[in-house]
Amino acid sequence: MKHVTKAGLLIAALAVGACSNNRFGDGGTETIDPSAYGLNGGAAGSVSDPTSIAYFQQAVGDRVLFEVDQSTLNDVARNTLNAQAQWLAQNPEYTAVIEGHADEQGTREYNLALGARRANAVNEYLISRGVAANRLKTVTYGKERPLEICSEESCYSQNRRAVTVLAAGGLSS
Amino acid sequence: MIRSKLLIAAAALAMGGVAWFAAPVKAQNGPLRIEITDGVIEPLPYAVPDFIAENAAATEYARNIARVIADDLTGSGLFREIPASAYIANVTSFDSPVQYADWKAINAEALITGAVAVDGNRLTVKFRLFDVFSGAPLGKGLQFSGTTDSWRRMAHKVSDAVYSRVTGESGYFDSRVVFVSESGPKDARQKRLAIMDYDGANVQYLTDSSAIVLAPRFSPTGDRVLYTSYETGFPRVYLLDVATVGRRILGDQAGAMSFAPRFSPDGGTVVFSLTTGGNTDIYTMNLATGQQRRLTNAPSIETAPSYSPDGRQIVFESDRSGTQQLYVMDANGGEARRISMGEGRYGTPVWSPRGDLIAFTKQNKGRFHIGVMRTNGSEERLLTSSFLDEGPTWSPNGRVIMFTRATSGANGQPALYSVDISGRNLKRVPTPGAASDPAWSPLQN
Repeated sequence: MKHVTKAGLLIAALAVGACSNNRFGDGGTETIDPSAYGLNGGAAGSVSDPTSIAYFQQAVGDRVLFEVDQSTLNDVARNTLNAQAQWLAQNPEYTAVIEGHADEQGTREYNLALGARRANAVNEYLISRGVAANRLKTVTYGKERPLEICSEESCYSQNRRAVTVLAAGGLSS
Repeated sequence: MIRSKLLIAAAALAMGGVAWFAAPVKAQNGPLRIEITDGVIEPLPYAVPDFIAENAAATEYARNIARVIADDLTGSGLFREIPASAYIANVTSFDSPVQYADWKAINAEALITGAVAVDGNRLTVKFRLFDVFSGAPLGKGLQFSGTTDSWRRMAHKVSDAVYSRVTGESGYFDSRVVFVSESGPKDARQKRLAIMDYDGANVQYLTDSSAIVLAPRFSPTGDRVLYTSYETGFPRVYLLDVATVGRRILGDQAGAMSFAPRFSPDGGTVVFSLTTGGNTDIYTMNLATGQQRRLTNAPSIETAPSYSPDGRQIVFESDRSGTQQLYVMDANGGEARRISMGEGRYGTPVWSPRGDLIAFTKQNKGRFHIGVMRTNGSEERLLTSSFLDEGPTWSPNGRVIMFTRATSGANGQPALYSVDISGRNLKRVPTPGAASDPAWSPLQN
């Protein structure tokens, strides 16, 4: 694994800053970032702009799918990743976090490890297609962030995915 | 005298090597006693009249404490309460002699009496346990004191004492559960750590829901919790102090993801999974020095480690054979031997506090099960079956397993359930909303 030094320092800084002594009472509402987890939304720009995140998501294709319990890339996935690599070569100002996900048919810990395998498969492939390793990071969400919520194969097949989530400038998750 | 209809069996679970399904045998005449085994099919009938309020301030506590004791004992599945409507006599004073005939007449084999006094915010509970059919007290009277807002704990302590005297095993009622409280839709679930009494009372939140949190685990003394959080954007193991909710991240390996932490039995070491380059292996970290050590080194997934109570071995799951299976290795790593041999996939093994069994999640033919097996993998038994059961945790006495059960579909929700290791007494544990990933504390002091 090649590490992104700058991002590593960022994580350490966050960890120090995050400590607190508050005891949390009865809740209040918190927000989540809808652009995370490979969901639609966020400031993606226009799909007609070939340098935009929206274009990458919709025209290039930001995700690849996997078979049950597998992390191997099929032909469709490799084609998508070839296009991603090409786009990243043309848009060097972007970095990316590759999210690995699993469907809900599995234990929590195993699915975390499986999601990591999937994200890594994409990471290694993109690097093999010329994307600089220091532009990429991987994260696993296991079964924590399904895209489709039914409990059938039609949903599971969409949830067994790795999503290349772009960020302009730096790797701030 | 214990009545003959109370069936007992050899204490198979407590002693290794004895047949798992011991045939029920009739009790010998003798003192009040439940031998806890699979053979127990008749819960012990008991009465617990409202405790005596020794002053006006104690009135409500006296009634509520008796109710919590009844909930504990009946909830264990080993006791059956004779309702107050059946009483033909009342207890009017803690120190007046017990009229055994009055309780024998309504078939109460055990009688629990008690008294409560409140002085300011100080509450004192005394109780006695009687073996009605022997016409004698069972053990000495006991007294517990504490603040009025810890009244439920004092009730649980009485329940633990009763349970222990009748079964010969320690109880589990004065204990807590740390878990993940969930809200929101399935594709954007918000999760936060929460802690509560074992019976769902006194819920408090330990984190907010700004980051996904997973799988909290108690320290051996119950004062600290390990868990996984996405606070940094990546899954990382954290250590949290329950009293102050102060927390710190463990380790600083850039680019790594860590999860599935558990304490060693001495509380000084954390065993966990670390993922680098897509490969997940098992590591330990010394909490005092931060020194990290790699225990497995394989291209397969190695995760969900759990120490044996003596700290000498670790059970974990690995897919090195092609599917998830359970393995046991020395606590310092090295050669691992596979212990799960049945059909299907096995994960999340947890060593029982008694050391005799390993609880696990099993996935087979589209169903999930919680099961137990001997530490060598023999005598596997499945206790539950559903769309999704996972993540067992042991009661402090090794008698009960709590776990996550999730329903299927777009509106599927997780909840906490418990089941006796006999497979009986399956029930939902009350939580304020959806809940997952329970971890049971040791008995409190």
